[in-house]
Amino acid sequence: MAAKSKRATLVETAVLQPLDWVDERTLAVTGTKWFLFRKVPRDISWAQTLGSATLTAFIVQALTGAILAMYYQPSTAIDPVTGKPIAYSSIEHITNEVTLGWLVRGMHRWGASVFVILLFLHMGRVFLFGAYKYPRELTWITGVLLLVTGMLMGFTGYLLPWDQTAYWATVVGINLNGTAPFAGPWLAQFLASGPEIGADTLAKWYALHMLLLPGAIIGLIFVHIYLVTRLGVVSPPWSREAAGRERSTVAPEGTRAGLVRDTSGGQQ
Amino acid sequence: MSDPGHDTPHVPGPSLWPIGFAIGVACLLLGLVISWVIAAIGAVLAVVFGLLWARDVTRDVRGEVPEIEPETRAVADAPAAAVPAPAAEAAPATYSRSRFLEATTIGLGAAIGAVVTIPVLGFMVLPSFTNLEEDEVDLGPLDNFPQGEYVIATYLSNPQQGEVSRRTAFVRNNGASEAGEPSFTILYSRCVHLGCPVQPNGPIDEDAAKEVNGVLLRPVLAQSFGCPCHGGQYNAEGNRTAGPPVRSLDRYTFSIKDGNLILGELFAVGNVNGTGANATISKYPWSVPGTHVDGIEAWLYPIVPSQVTG
Repeated sequence: MAAKSKRATLVETAVLQPLDWVDERTLAVTGTKWFLFRKVPRDISWAQTLGSATLTAFIVQALTGAILAMYYQPSTAIDPVTGKPIAYSSIEHITNEVTLGWLVRGMHRWGASVFVILLFLHMGRVFLFGAYKYPRELTWITGVLLLVTGMLMGFTGYLLPWDQTAYWATVVGINLNGTAPFAGPWLAQFLASGPEIGADTLAKWYALHMLLLPGAIIGLIFVHIYLVTRLGVVSPPWSREAAGRERSTVAPEGTRAGLVRDTSGGQQ
Repeated sequence: MSDPGHDTPHVPGPSLWPIGFAIGVACLLLGLVISWVIAAIGAVLAVVFGLLWARDVTRDVRGEVPEIEPETRAVADAPAAAVPAPAAEAAPATYSRSRFLEATTIGLGAAIGAVVTIPVLGFMVLPSFTNLEEDEVDLGPLDNFPQGEYVIATYLSNPQQGEVSRRTAFVRNNGASEAGEPSFTILYSRCVHLGCPVQPNGPIDEDAAKEVNGVLLRPVLAQSFGCPCHGGQYNAEGNRTAGPPVRSLDRYTFSIKDGNLILGELFAVGNVNGTGANATISKYPWSVPGTHVDGIEAWLYPIVPSQVTG
């Protein structure tokens, strides 16, 4: 390697020195490298990005949700000004009056559907690629738990606008849970905070939607992504390459059969 | 089989006590709802079986302790005890202190965690099942209810909660029963499929609507009811005639005070035979819509909250 100029060395040192200082104490740089600079099979495709897409959708939900919470009021009492429940009035306020409120609420409302759709697409990809098999069983199980928490997020969030659709859809949803054998009626009464939806229900569901479920889902996401990073991305089922294998310097098997798209192997 | 360079895996032997422990905890939680006596029994069971379980699990750790016993017998039978005694002396000394500290740290931590967590969990769950009594609803004088016709009564079941507690009942005056007592059929508007608001299949006489004691009374020309959500249909007695409902419409008990009709508590109805004042109603404790109260399917719901909390 050619000798660097003194100036370049100085600049490099100025950047690396603090990073090394931090890394020595926290392993932050090593950890970031471990997380980001991973070996992946060379024949992965856009299908493997569905997980990251789901994560992105979740981050959008978390940020827009936190901002919506600055304006939303989970109260069933009647607003003396509008004559409507305060919760519904605050939704109208967000949509019609707060600057760009329509956009953030729209992102959160439609983003919820995007998140759930991406969850299922990601799950389908993992299933069809057989990526749930050894040694990734726990990644699959945490993924299923993420699916359940994600659905619960959708279920609890649907009530919050407190309009007729929200109210009766939630009545039906609670009573569906109520038909589960043995524990069902108890679960329904817990969810409704009594035999029927009442004044406490909205605040309870708001707390579930805002605090408990996000806490659970974020914890699960960390476990899920740690496992993905540790175990690596799986090759497609048609692949002849194992995940994490060093790139071969000769033409890979299957080139002549047209099974491998890569052309660099032959040139080296 | 195992790698000699590693410690052999330590797995506690199988134990049946966790079952007793689980029963104790379940009994304790149930007792919190039903009565303190059952809670106390549950607590005792949980503690006893928990200790037995702990003893079972830690048997290997304490395995050295029984080996000391021959030592005491060594006075009588010295040759037999001479061999195990040194091993028994050496083993506890190597890790007893650290193990004790480890166990106490975990145990105390768990105890503190439990003391903090259990009341908080109770606060989360129990309010849904306690203090559910509602004020009785006065529907006004009996002559607001013409014989043989349904009147839609909408009222606030809990005025302090406001509109969220608005409920609807369909009230029909059946006239006097064979025993000469006044008879009313009072149906709750919630569909027993999944709880949507059942509508009367007929025109509402809005001109005759009146408000009595904050209760809106509207006569309706209907001898059947239908649910807009999933198409459940009921006849005038609340029996299912079509669609997915699993039982007949819920009803209210009622009483008459000072010539006024007073709504009582809700109950579930398996089926109604006959009509009006001469009907035979199979009455059950109220349960969530969609749950069977009679027949073999009712076995799926042996205890429903209203049986416990009233």
